Amino acid sequence: MHIIVCLKQVPDTNDVRIDPETNTLIREGVASIMNPFDENALEAALAIKDAQGATVTAISMGPPQAGDMLREAIARGADNVYLVSDRAFAGSDTLATSYALAKAIRTLPAADLVLFGKQAIDGDTAQVGPGVAELLGLPIITYVRKVTVQDQQLEVERAFEDGFERMSVPLPAVLTVLKETNVPRMASLRGRMKAKKVEVPVLKAADIEAESHHVGLTGSPTQVIRIFTPPKKQGGVTLDGSHGQEAAQQAVALLRERKVI
Amino acid sequence: MEAPGLQIDPAKCTGCSLCVKACPFGALTLEPREKFDLPESRFKRIAVVNEACTLCGACVPTCAFDALALDEIERLGDERIEDYRGVWVFAEQRDGQIQDVVYELLSRGRQLADERQTELAAVLISGDLTEPPAALGAWGADRVYWARDPRLAEYNTDYYTQIMSDLIRAHKPEVVLAGATSIGRAFIPRVAVRVRTGLTADCTSLDMDVEQGLLLQTRPAFGGNIMATIICPHHRPQMATVRHKVLAKRQLETGLEAEVVPVAADLQPSLTKILEVVHELGNQVNLAEADIIVSGGRGLGAPAHFDLLRELARELGAAVGASRAAVDAGWIPAYHQVGQTGKTVCPKLYVACGISGAIQHLAGMSSSGMIVAINKDANAPIFDVADIGIVGDVFEVVPQLIRALRER
Amino acid sequence: MAVTEIDYGLNEMQLEIREMVRNFAQERVLPVRAELDEKEEFPTEILRELGRMDLMGLYIPEAYGGSMTDSMLDFIVAIEELSKVCCGVSVSYAANALGADPILLGGSEEQKKKFLPPLASGEKWGAFALTEPNAGSDAGGIQTTAVKRGDHYVLNGTKQWITNGGEADIYTVLAVTDRKRGARGISCFIVEKGTPGFSFGKKENKLGIRASATRELIFEDCAVPAENLLGREGMGFLLAMKTFDVSRPGIAAQGVGLAQGALDAAVIYAKQRIQFGRPVIANQGLQWMLADMATKVETARALLYGVCRTLDAGAKDMSKFSAMCKLYATDVAMQVTTDAVQVFGGYGFMREYPVEKMMRDAKILQIYEGTNQIQREVIGLSLVKEYASRM
Repeated sequence: MHIIVCLKQVPDTNDVRIDPETNTLIREGVASIMNPFDENALEAALAIKDAQGATVTAISMGPPQAGDMLREAIARGADNVYLVSDRAFAGSDTLATSYALAKAIRTLPAADLVLFGKQAIDGDTAQVGPGVAELLGLPIITYVRKVTVQDQQLEVERAFEDGFERMSVPLPAVLTVLKETNVPRMASLRGRMKAKKVEVPVLKAADIEAESHHVGLTGSPTQVIRIFTPPKKQGGVTLDGSHGQEAAQQAVALLRERKVI
Repeated sequence: MEAPGLQIDPAKCTGCSLCVKACPFGALTLEPREKFDLPESRFKRIAVVNEACTLCGACVPTCAFDALALDEIERLGDERIEDYRGVWVFAEQRDGQIQDVVYELLSRGRQLADERQTELAAVLISGDLTEPPAALGAWGADRVYWARDPRLAEYNTDYYTQIMSDLIRAHKPEVVLAGATSIGRAFIPRVAVRVRTGLTADCTSLDMDVEQGLLLQTRPAFGGNIMATIICPHHRPQMATVRHKVLAKRQLETGLEAEVVPVAADLQPSLTKILEVVHELGNQVNLAEADIIVSGGRGLGAPAHFDLLRELARELGAAVGASRAAVDAGWIPAYHQVGQTGKTVCPKLYVACGISGAIQHLAGMSSSGMIVAINKDANAPIFDVADIGIVGDVFEVVPQLIRALRER
Repeated sequence: MAVTEIDYGLNEMQLEIREMVRNFAQERVLPVRAELDEKEEFPTEILRELGRMDLMGLYIPEAYGGSMTDSMLDFIVAIEELSKVCCGVSVSYAANALGADPILLGGSEEQKKKFLPPLASGEKWGAFALTEPNAGSDAGGIQTTAVKRGDHYVLNGTKQWITNGGEADIYTVLAVTDRKRGARGISCFIVEKGTPGFSFGKKENKLGIRASATRELIFEDCAVPAENLLGREGMGFLLAMKTFDVSRPGIAAQGVGLAQGALDAAVIYAKQRIQFGRPVIANQGLQWMLADMATKVETARALLYGVCRTLDAGAKDMSKFSAMCKLYATDVAMQVTTDAVQVFGGYGFMREYPVEKMMRDAKILQIYEGTNQIQREVIGLSLVKEYASRM
């Protein structure tokens, strides 16, 4: 069984701060991490590998620095990694990214299962998983919180706002997984020592036969025309809660006055 | 002077700087003409585009001399953008019931359609319904495309994608909107790829550039720290999923009926099968739908202290949420988590108890209607977004809140 | 940028281990430490995961399935990092080595091949059983007996306060084989959990390190195969003493880590806590207190690492220095955690804040693996011997 996991390197939003002077994001010194939901996707793949044997390939589209994240995937137990990276991909939106990833997946040995995290925490779009599935012509189940594989058949729980559906789908298929699916393992010492020595292979546009008008800015239907900081909340009231009762009564009065309760 | 995509005609450019000011990305600058190998001109400077250009086209109409032009990016095959007309809303139903977000989308969709002097249609994919589809007329829909089939009673990505894509190809709407729900966000991305157009996820506001027919789609990015306005200039339809509870509902007139157009559902067999549907969570944790949420964080100190919040939640008729810190500590199950790696919520009232307000949390709740924050640390970032901030001990303030609520 | 840590010349592997365990402690131990402490819950899942991460065999050579390079610092940095966050967890982790050390030091090749690999992988856990109601600091007072019958030894007696008792699978147990010979009549046996006649008594309710299991072992006509005798009969006491030489630095590492954790918490709190309109750290009196705490932590670490390097170099009789680093680092841990509670003031006394647990955990470090009074005895005795020839 061959499982391909798509990973994205993202800035650690726990570190992101706003510059109070300019009201802009301070990205300096912000660590890059594996997208948290993608960690769950990788863990789901490794759990299947542990339980019944599988080859796990992790791929990522991004700048050369994303190689570090792929080494982390090796350290945790991925068998192969590929970095899909080319200047031509710069500025890709979700359609162009889906195209490049789908092309890359097609150049690798046929996958039985393609896994994504629910969404990336920098863009929060949740569009690339379904996009890749569409371009590969594979069925997809999104928002999966439990995965089991048996005889070329997947059984999963797909979460909804108020419950879940137990579903089945034959392989090959694409899944996007939720945080509840598992607790991602931490890399082992031997894995980490091994990963240090790994050279991450790079797939360029030509290697995956990506056509230039489908990638990068030209391949991206959407364009960002304006970026701005949301207006700061005005007119907030601060109450001294050192004597709980008074503050509580004021707060409740305000809420009633504004008809929130 | 030119980047792939944007052409600046040296014969026409006067170096007037209008385009430089118009560029949202600082991608245009003025440079001395002599730096380049150019024919003689009475103007000393010329506009030059750099790598920051996103080809958004904002500069093109500002040029008084027609010196700027975008390359013709691959268009829609033989079709023309002008062929696409009308605003569509995906009328999501669950268990035969139209979801609330649909009314919000129809209300805004009606306004957008009016601005563009075009029609508003709803696309309904369902089995049996609790209400006749024509009733969507009361919310502004002129027409309802209704694909009705027992196989469509439960959500299925393949069927939904097929029906929506086929309808789009057949009727060519200019705009397609859907709720950013677990259904909308599951199949709409697939539809967008199938019809090869752009999609903006999770929008919080929609506007229309009436002349150009461009939908201005604004959404939070980077965990809500910045907002981005996104357009889809050369592809149609312009598609967006929109968050629940950010758009206002406006019912026109009860009794108005929409024209119902039955859609023959010639369904290709789907590989995915539903084995069982489980409704496991009561309103207690349906955070996305809740009008009021009471959330707890690290400041609660222990799992047992969530009981205090549950009591407050009962008093308010609220759902209980939690920060990542509280979930990671194992005090409360993950499906209560609000924030970037949890749920994004937008209730009318959000009460944050012992939550410091890490960006990852703010990302999930800062668009709430009203925010009450209770925290010991007066400098906690949660107070930056709070409408009512109470600096104090959660264990003193919350019981008093409960008491104050019970009075009267 | 000012230097924030002394360069002790840790190698690439040790730096890797340090980073791994630091992250692990933050992600997996920190969120549950208060609960484990409160409920006296053994950190089963934490130890299992440490096993999966190849961190249970850091003190075991590669030949026996471990990942020790050639330095005990591999293991020491891991204990130190865990102890920064929770000594209840770190003692449960380190006690495996205490159980395995007699096998490493005195086991035959067959015994090592059989018992060390599962300990190295974390598949099985270890414990060391010396203490009895009447034999603590005076290890010679052991009452448990082992009598040879054919190809077995039959054990009878009770061990108490055994760390990892009930949780461990492999126990190294000291028992008297020849009462007449006193300390020279004590032998060491490997006893596996599940051996008939081997059971567990009550679990202790403790002041600190409450996540760890401290339990009675009961031997009632427990027949242990003769091949489980470590070394020869009568070598047990010597083996125990040699074990302490390598295990005491582990306790010192707990002390250094715990003290560092308390120092970190104190400095961060002192910067945040506002009194009289300014952070309390702005007071010189408090800065001096923190300065003394930091200096003690660093001297304890320097001594510990120095001792480890000397042991790595193959030093044989290291009792004096092992005792010194254990004594010093654990006294420092007690002082620094007490001071940390003081820095926190009233909040420090509350369960809601982490330093009261650190102070409770510190106390046992001055007591187990030989009380600090015994350590002074060891050091004193070494001085007497050392200077005897210089008169």
